[in-house]
Amino acid sequence: MFTHSRLVLPFAALLTGAAFATNASAEEVNLYSARHYDSDQALYDAFTEETGIEVNILEGDSDQLIERILREGAASPADVMMTVDAGRLWRAEQEGIFEGIESEVLNERLPEAMRHPEGKWFGFSQRARVIFYNRDAIDPSEITRYEDLADPKFEGQVCIRSSNNIYNQSLLASMIAHHGEEGAQEWAQGVVDNMARQPQGGDTDQIRGVASGECDLAVANHYYYVRLLEPDNEADREAAEKVGIIFPNQDGRGTHINVGGAGVVKDAPHHDNAVRFLEFLASDDAQEIFAAGNNEFPVVEGVEKAEVLESWGDFKRDELNISILGENNPEAVRIFDRVGWR
Amino acid sequence: MARSAALRRPSLTRRLSLRFNAWSALTIVIAMIVALPVITVLAHIFMPTDGIWQHLASTVLGRYLSNTLFLVVTVGMGTFVIGTGTAWLVVMCRFPGRRLFEWALLLPLAVPTYVIAYAYTDFLQYAGPLQSWLRAVFEWGRDDYYFPNIRSLGGAATLITLVLYPYVYMLARVAFLEQSVCVLDVGRTLGRGPWRLFSSVALPLARPAIVGGVSLVLMETLNEFGAVQYFGVDTFTTGIYRTWFGMGEQVAAAQLAACLLAFIIVLVLLERWSRGKRRYFHTSSRYQQLPEYQLDGWRSLAAFSACSLPILIGFLIPSGLLGHLAVRQGDRLFGTQFLEFAANSLVLATVAAAVAVGLALILSYGVRLHPGPVTRSATRIAAMGYAVPGSVVAVGILIPFAWLDDQLNSFLREHYGIIAGLVFSGSAFILVYAYVVRFLAVSFNTLEASLGKVTPSMDAASRTLGQTPGGTLRRVHTPIMRGSLLAAGILVFVDVMKELPATIILRPFNFDTLAVRAHNLAADERLAEASTASLTIVAVGIIPVILLSVAMRRSRPGSGQVERKDKHL
Repeated sequence: MFTHSRLVLPFAALLTGAAFATNASAEEVNLYSARHYDSDQALYDAFTEETGIEVNILEGDSDQLIERILREGAASPADVMMTVDAGRLWRAEQEGIFEGIESEVLNERLPEAMRHPEGKWFGFSQRARVIFYNRDAIDPSEITRYEDLADPKFEGQVCIRSSNNIYNQSLLASMIAHHGEEGAQEWAQGVVDNMARQPQGGDTDQIRGVASGECDLAVANHYYYVRLLEPDNEADREAAEKVGIIFPNQDGRGTHINVGGAGVVKDAPHHDNAVRFLEFLASDDAQEIFAAGNNEFPVVEGVEKAEVLESWGDFKRDELNISILGENNPEAVRIFDRVGWR
Repeated sequence: MARSAALRRPSLTRRLSLRFNAWSALTIVIAMIVALPVITVLAHIFMPTDGIWQHLASTVLGRYLSNTLFLVVTVGMGTFVIGTGTAWLVVMCRFPGRRLFEWALLLPLAVPTYVIAYAYTDFLQYAGPLQSWLRAVFEWGRDDYYFPNIRSLGGAATLITLVLYPYVYMLARVAFLEQSVCVLDVGRTLGRGPWRLFSSVALPLARPAIVGGVSLVLMETLNEFGAVQYFGVDTFTTGIYRTWFGMGEQVAAAQLAACLLAFIIVLVLLERWSRGKRRYFHTSSRYQQLPEYQLDGWRSLAAFSACSLPILIGFLIPSGLLGHLAVRQGDRLFGTQFLEFAANSLVLATVAAAVAVGLALILSYGVRLHPGPVTRSATRIAAMGYAVPGSVVAVGILIPFAWLDDQLNSFLREHYGIIAGLVFSGSAFILVYAYVVRFLAVSFNTLEASLGKVTPSMDAASRTLGQTPGGTLRRVHTPIMRGSLLAAGILVFVDVMKELPATIILRPFNFDTLAVRAHNLAADERLAEASTASLTIVAVGIIPVILLSVAMRRSRPGSGQVERKDKHL
């Protein structure tokens, strides 16, 4: 046993080290991604077919990927970092992970709000954080704004997930931007007082909560709802049909929007390939796959949307600068702790 | 003992003492390498933090503390009762189904906590099938009935207990099996009934093993992440994760981790102190088939229920629920890609288990040879990784290894103009290292308990006969501990199969395991699809668990050689 273990350790090190050390000269691009949808693979395959560049993927949670790139430092193999929330993009930028790039293609195709001023990151899809209501219990004209969620008349009726969730943190960050810290804290306190149950589960569970009658109102990202409507599960579909969707604040600043985006990592070993990859994400074909994979809104004008999204028509979007969501994030987390939002 | 041999042959003295020193040096070096990530994290303690502690203390710290304490106490007691009770029943009593229970009681070990959490939440939550059915049948509204919320502290404690009790069961059972029949017979001739025999002879004798099992459970509970995070229960571990990754406050997070470690050190010390100077050895090597109690009537029914309930709730029902989901709405990638995930999981788990057992053997034997305070504390520190949350261990590993890579690359660039890339931190090697850091305690505790029961006179005899320490280990201890070695390896194997946070952070490109696949789908709120990978983890985990059970049965010295002597109750 003893002699074995003496042999096994270096052997394992050699074997695994040799097999997985990355080769810097090959035509490839290394992608650190916090997105993991099965359709993404189709996207990477399309890129390889078009350019001959292989895509190596490392999927993980955003914060962990950021931490890993930081720790790997200059030797990091990361070329592109992709994540699904403005708060995370901002944090990555603050940590100095991104390198500013100048690309005609991206400047031309992406709207200004979807581009970091110095080209450090770009948004490639949008998701709306919306309110869901029980069609039998709520008159949708009663609730038109996020602010209404804190209205005492909805006491014991609101389902919303934990404050650990970045989407909630970004929503509160936008409230801080619009109402100041004090106003945002008051709102958060009001929502906590109106909760139907302790925050639990994910966004889908909030929508299911409304469908099953546990609560009358819920807050969730729009695509979770679209997913429930998919035809492969009848029970889910039935549940989703009991639920209506409200795009809040249409008469005011517009609905809170979050982005899925990506940037080129500093000292990327395949810098040019990384830029090509981002440019590819802005192409019509890629936009369609990228957005459709998760039923999100494409950012390039005129790209075809998922059928359900098309049926909702246009809506007004909060045009708050995305980086403010990141800036206000730490304060948002502290407010959540102070008002006892689990 | 060693000295008496050496005195007669002075030339041997120098060689022996050299070897002795080599053993303790080896022990300390290995321990330090394994302890490196934990020490790296703890080094953060001395850095200043600006006001973050005040914020934590005035808002969430109390909740972290009380939730964590509640979990530790309830899971500790629950696993002790279930694990020791069922172990005694299957070792000492005869009742229908006992042969089956012997190994089936281990099955929940193959179920990761996050998987059992996924399964039961889907079934028991308000919108789930059970409550929907109740509402439909009795026409209840939301406020007309009470149903315990599975996503709660109590729910987490229950589910964690159900999948962790096998640690206690396994070690307790081995301990009961290894007990010399003479001791038990003496107890019996002195007029002890079965209950008193259990509580005043067998239990105290099995104490090191049971304490070893419960402390594994407690450490596993303390750093449990998947289930508590899924349930939204705030514990120290989720708090550390949130402070580090969510708030970006590494220093405060490392300090929280240090508090967690301090807590564990206190636990370990308390146990050592209460054990005092007592040592536990087998003085007799006379083994024969243990005399068993034949249970009749309600007694056998009670024993049957006590053994079948944990299996039912901890394994059969969750597997059934997952199976149902998997068939209805399973993973679309099921097929060749799944084979790749499974192969990755298997290879990693096997290599990590072999390394962890080898190192644990060296460490536990090193302490036995040289039980000074230095070697003892070195091994304690090395085993600490088990109590540190996987994500924290991962960062503790990345810091030194990324530094090493950085040094290597700047050296190569300067002298040869090339960049080798991430030789250390970008390969699967770092994963194996992480698993050893995390799970060394599992193999170490098992082997230490087993080695501790071999009386020192065995060593003395072997050394008098001219064996070196290494020879003694190879020719005397290893054969005696065969069962424990296998048990240690399989425990690490199963733990690696289930490990999640460190795997996610440290794995190389294009390298997914079953656990990662299940997590990615569940994180994306596609539980039904995650059921396929979850079920596969359980299925792959069952095989070693059954092997383990067979090994345990064979490990009992003299088993099956002596005619059965049954006592009727």
